[in-house]
Amino acid sequence: MKYIKFFLVGILFGIVMSKAEIISWYRIYEMFKFQSFHMYGIIGSAVFLGMISMFFFKKKLVKTFQGEEIVVEPKKSGIYRNLLGGVLFGLGWALAGACPGPMFVLVGKGVVSILVVIFGATLGAFLYGFSKDKIPH
Amino acid sequence: MEFITQPWAWYVAGPVIAFVMFLLYYFGERFGVSSNLETFCSIGGAGKFVDYFKIDWRENTWNLIFIAGAIAGGFISAYWLSPSDVVALNPQTVQDLADIGIIDAGATYLPDEIFSVDTMLSLKGFFILLIAGIMVGFGARWAGGCTSGHAIVGLSNLEIPSLISVVGFFIGGLIMTWVILPLIF
Repeated sequence: MKYIKFFLVGILFGIVMSKAEIISWYRIYEMFKFQSFHMYGIIGSAVFLGMISMFFFKKKLVKTFQGEEIVVEPKKSGIYRNLLGGVLFGLGWALAGACPGPMFVLVGKGVVSILVVIFGATLGAFLYGFSKDKIPH
Repeated sequence: MEFITQPWAWYVAGPVIAFVMFLLYYFGERFGVSSNLETFCSIGGAGKFVDYFKIDWRENTWNLIFIAGAIAGGFISAYWLSPSDVVALNPQTVQDLADIGIIDAGATYLPDEIFSVDTMLSLKGFFILLIAGIMVGFGARWAGGCTSGHAIVGLSNLEIPSLISVVGFFIGGLIMTWVILPLIF
């Protein structure tokens, strides 16, 4: 039962990804063509409100529902990791027109072919784990 | 009800996404979708070949449940909340896509030229989908996060690694959109 709240938050996430057309391949293309404000407005307003959340977490004004302090783990740093990994991700994002979240939402929409992309993404994660000691970070 | 069934504006979607992030932290977890890909590898037994995947994936069950919810949300949205599948694109975008061989842009959410079952069953179409996925999966884990972990959480938390990663996302995305896509179709 403790997991049901994550299922409900996931439903909200799936609905907003669909209804705001973030799962549309075209919206991603349009964003990279700088032909619409839509995606920039979404990411920008989410980050703006996210910053306010982070402020409340850091000041301990908001704790978890169980009263524990919320600590946001810092990201791993490394110019090669972040930049090269980021570029590779961006190439895939613009080709698939979907990042990992929307891929799963598209499954719910009934798009069979997205399963090939999800399989590829899982394979990509495996290949990263397999080769991580041989590539720069 | 019409407020729900029409396409949601950016100023609705952005705050809802921020709220999703807030709730995941409030419930004692975090917001990051691409780590599920590693969990899939661990469940599939990748730990037998690569130590990196020797993790107790049960700790990530909440995240698997979250994406199961995302799938359900996609279903609910498609079947009950979306009377129209039309995406109101910039007319210039529609024209640009027609020029590179993708017709009727915006008539539905996705181009048939990439996502139709017929395309998927062709050799070229299958490899486009597969390679796109591999780049997303490899790139996300190399960078240490995807759009959720880096662009939303990381930027909100003023993290330099996330800023560099998001710059990388855009370099890759611009190269694909402006240079490679016109060559593929």
